[in-house]
Order: sequence, then C-alpha cells, then structure tokens
Amino acid sequence: MSARRVVLAVYLLALSLPIYWLINMSFKTNTEITSGVTLWPHEPTLANYHRIFTDPSWYMGYVNSLSYVVINTVLSLACALPAAYAFSRYRFLGDKHLFFWLLSNRMAPPAVFALPFFNLYSAVGLFDTPWAIALAHCLFNVPLAVWILEGFMSGVPREIDETAAIDGYSFPRFFLRIFVPLIANGIGVAAFFCFMFSWVELLLARTLTTVNAKPIAAIMTRTISASGMDWGLLAAAGVLTLVPGALVIWFVRNHIAKGFALGRV
Amino acid sequence: MRAHDNRAWLLVLPVFVVVLFSAVLPLMTVVNYSVQDSFGNNQFFWNGMGWFRELLDPSSELGGRFLAALVRNLAFSAMILAIEVPLGILVALCMPRRGWRLAVTLVVMALPLLVPWNVVGTIWQVFARADIGLFGAAVNGAGIDYNYAGEPVAAWVTVVLMDVWHWTSLVALLCYAGLRAIPDAYYQAAKVDGASRWAVFRHIELPKLRRVLVIAVLLRFIDSFMIYTEPFVVTGGGPGNSTTFLSIDLVKLALGQFDLGKAAAMSLVYNLITLLVCWVFFTTLTQIDARREGAA
Repeated sequence: MSARRVVLAVYLLALSLPIYWLINMSFKTNTEITSGVTLWPHEPTLANYHRIFTDPSWYMGYVNSLSYVVINTVLSLACALPAAYAFSRYRFLGDKHLFFWLLSNRMAPPAVFALPFFNLYSAVGLFDTPWAIALAHCLFNVPLAVWILEGFMSGVPREIDETAAIDGYSFPRFFLRIFVPLIANGIGVAAFFCFMFSWVELLLARTLTTVNAKPIAAIMTRTISASGMDWGLLAAAGVLTLVPGALVIWFVRNHIAKGFALGRV
Repeated sequence: MRAHDNRAWLLVLPVFVVVLFSAVLPLMTVVNYSVQDSFGNNQFFWNGMGWFRELLDPSSELGGRFLAALVRNLAFSAMILAIEVPLGILVALCMPRRGWRLAVTLVVMALPLLVPWNVVGTIWQVFARADIGLFGAAVNGAGIDYNYAGEPVAAWVTVVLMDVWHWTSLVALLCYAGLRAIPDAYYQAAKVDGASRWAVFRHIELPKLRRVLVIAVLLRFIDSFMIYTEPFVVTGGGPGNSTTFLSIDLVKLALGQFDLGKAAAMSLVYNLITLLVCWVFFTTLTQIDARREGAA
C-alpha cells in the first residue's frame, strides 16, 4: 500500500516540477532569472502579467485562440453527433471503410497538410481568420468526436429508439429531446477532447495566420528580441495558457479517464 | 444486431463533406505537386515519378535525408513507447480508487496534456537550461556535463524526457479506465485462490487491459511519429540534424525552402506509412472487439 503511494507521489512531483518552475519564473524579474537559480521569487513582481493584460497585441492572442477553439468545438460536435448515431445504430454501404478513413485522418501528420491548407484557405478567402484554423482543426477533431460519441451511444439501449418511434416522436425531435440528454456525459467528454486538441495545436494555427487571427502560441515567439530573451514575460504568457486547460480539467475530472478510453471500456 | 439502412448516409453526410474539404481536397493538391517540378513563377513541369524515385533512393541527397529522419523518428517512437507504456501501467496500478486523492491525482495528471505544445517546449527549454533551469542546474551540479543545445545525446535525453513528462499520463489514464472496468468479483476469486500480486496482474489485469493498451500504443506511436512543435521549440532540430524528425524535416522542406515537388512526394510517403500503421492497429482493435462480442 505504501509503496504505491510513494510511486504515485514521486510521479506527481515529477509532473508538477516543470510547471512550478514556469510559474516561479513568471513572478521574477529578468535580472533575478539570469543571475542564478532561485527556488522561489525573492523579489516577486507582477510586471510580466501587467504587460500582457495591458497590451492588446498580447491579450488579443488569447481571444484569438479561444475563438477558433470554441468555433471548432461547436462545429466538430454538430457534424459528429448525427454521424456517430449512424455508426452506432445502422449498418450501411461502406460503413467500415468510412469509419477507417475518418480515423486515418486523426492519424495524418499535420505537417503534411500545412502547405495545402495554406493554399486552400488563401484561395477561399478565409486565410488569417479564426474560421480557417477552426476548419483546419476539424481534420483531426471531427474523427475523434465521432469515435468518442459512437462509443457512448453504443452504450444506450436500442429499445429507447424503438419506444420513442412507437410513441410517435419524429426523428429530429427524438434525437434532440430524448437521445442527446441521455449521452450528455459523452458530449461533455467529446467537447473536452476537441477543446484540448485544438487548444494545444500550433503548426496549423501558425501557418494559417499572419496578423489578425494570430494565436497566443505564435505571439509567444516574439519574446526573443535583439536584447536577448525576455524570460519573465515568456513564462507569464506560458502560465496564462495553462489557465483554460486547468479550468476545463476541473469541470470534467470525473469523466477524463472514461473519455480517454473513448467510451468503450 | 444493427439494422441495415443506407439512409444512414444522410446522417454521415455533414462529416463526409467536412472531411472531403479538409482532407481530400488538400491531399489532391499534394498529389498534384508531387508529380511536377517548378522553377518559381508558378510554372510547373511534369516530373512523373521522379521525386518518388529520388526520395526512395538513399544514395541521393533527398533520399538520404528522408531515410535519416525516418530512422531517427522510429528510434524516438520506440524509445518513448518502451518508457511510457510500462511506466503508464505502473502509475495506473498505483492510482487511488476514490476520494479527494483521486481528484487531485486526475487533475495533476491531466494538466500536462492540456498545455499547448509550444509551451511544453518552452517549459522544457527553460527547465533543462543549465543557467536558469532547475533540471539543467541540478544535473550539472551533480557533476554531469549536460547541455542540450550543444551535444546530441543531451538533446535526445531532453526531448525523450519531455515527451515522457507530456504523455505518460495519457497511457496511465487509459489503463486506469481499463482497470476500473474489472469487476470486483475477479479480485475476490483471485484472493480465494491465493494468487500472488504478480499472478493477479498477469492473468486478470493485463488481459483486461489489452484493448486500452492497443489504443494507447496506437495514439502514442502516431503522435510521436508526427511530433513537431515540442522538439522544434527546444532544439530546433539540432544540434546539427540530430533531433530533426520527419515533420520537422518536412516543414523545413515545404515552408522553409518551398521545394514543393520534393515536399509533396515526402508528404505522400509519410502519410502512407501512418496509414499503414493505422490500418494494422484498426484491424487488431476490431478483432479484439469481435472476440469480446463473441464471448459475451
């Protein structure tokens, strides 16, 4: 029993240390950072955070990131819900191939798509808008959402569909009024994963933007300037990118493990 | 049994259209580029299979570069799987079953998964530096010369360690979900039989974990096979080319040098490899499911 606790404690400590170090640095001045390793800020300062919250070119990065993440999550779920229902309830021409094809898109390297996406979204006039990134992230989020939702839907007994049909529910009314509330947990988990994978991705988000829709992740590279690295500012910006993730985790903590097994355990 | 009804295609249509737009259309552009050569000015010339022949010939400049990146990437994937899978199982076995301890454990474990990938890079770039980072300073303080920007071995250690930090929790959470699905009766039966801890793991837990382990290995292999942002931020692919993995090399070729034909050919071969691996795993998964349904 105690050996288990020790292993877990060591592991959790190892996970936390790098994050602690980032938080620690974000409250330091650059002089303190570069003058040697200190385990906690000796002259704590909020200057790094102050700069981010008062400069629009900084805080707009967070707004941009959040806006394409939210668009992507809504879009992915809206497409994936009916498709997942089809996969969990019916057999149809080419269903297995289609499912595999979807899955293979989740596995395709984004680097392969960077250049063609650049051309495609420039051609349709969406370049440098949140919509371009939101649509591009559908490449891996839609298949993932279908996969997770299908798992949860298969857990709902088929008799419910049949009873509703006998009771005279039309399909859309049945789907929205009865079925969707039944798999609310699954939708939450799928939303969490769409949010997560869209939030952490950088390569496509960076390639598809230049000025207006630039995500915070791309703005962070600005801290390298001629006068050297602004470590404190970089750390503060990094810490702020952890906040949305931490909040989301807190809300779905009981469903995380189930969602990782894609609803099929 | 699921009913056979081709009208289900109507429900799949939105996904089909989205994926058509975001995957097939771009891939067609790649195919188009891969058989042409350009001398700038948007002038393209038919090159047939030329790029592919060069890519698959290790004695050419392009082929050698591709092979080196492929070998590096496979080595990287093998290493992180060898570390993360056993470690993930171990952590999952040690996780508490309920209460506030479980809540804290889950939150701390999930946190690295939600850190934007470039921030993961930044965290380790700072953490492993000898002058300002705790880890780098500690290792150097212990008398080991460690500088990830200078020597390939240190760069590899940093990149592998970073990935273990980043993704072991995913394996652990998956295994934890699998362990939770084992009915208590199994453990009670084992207790009655006087089974050792190892026997319980070997004959009860491991077989039940098979399905989640396949998912975990698939996700970890594929994601490490297309890793880009984290090593790019930390090492930039260096020192030299020592941590230039496939995606880093591809982006260099496509967006850095704008070598469209070569990059497109490389993209297709790269994509084909992932597709093949994906297919193998998918078949394994459906077989496990079929066996489970047959048993039930």
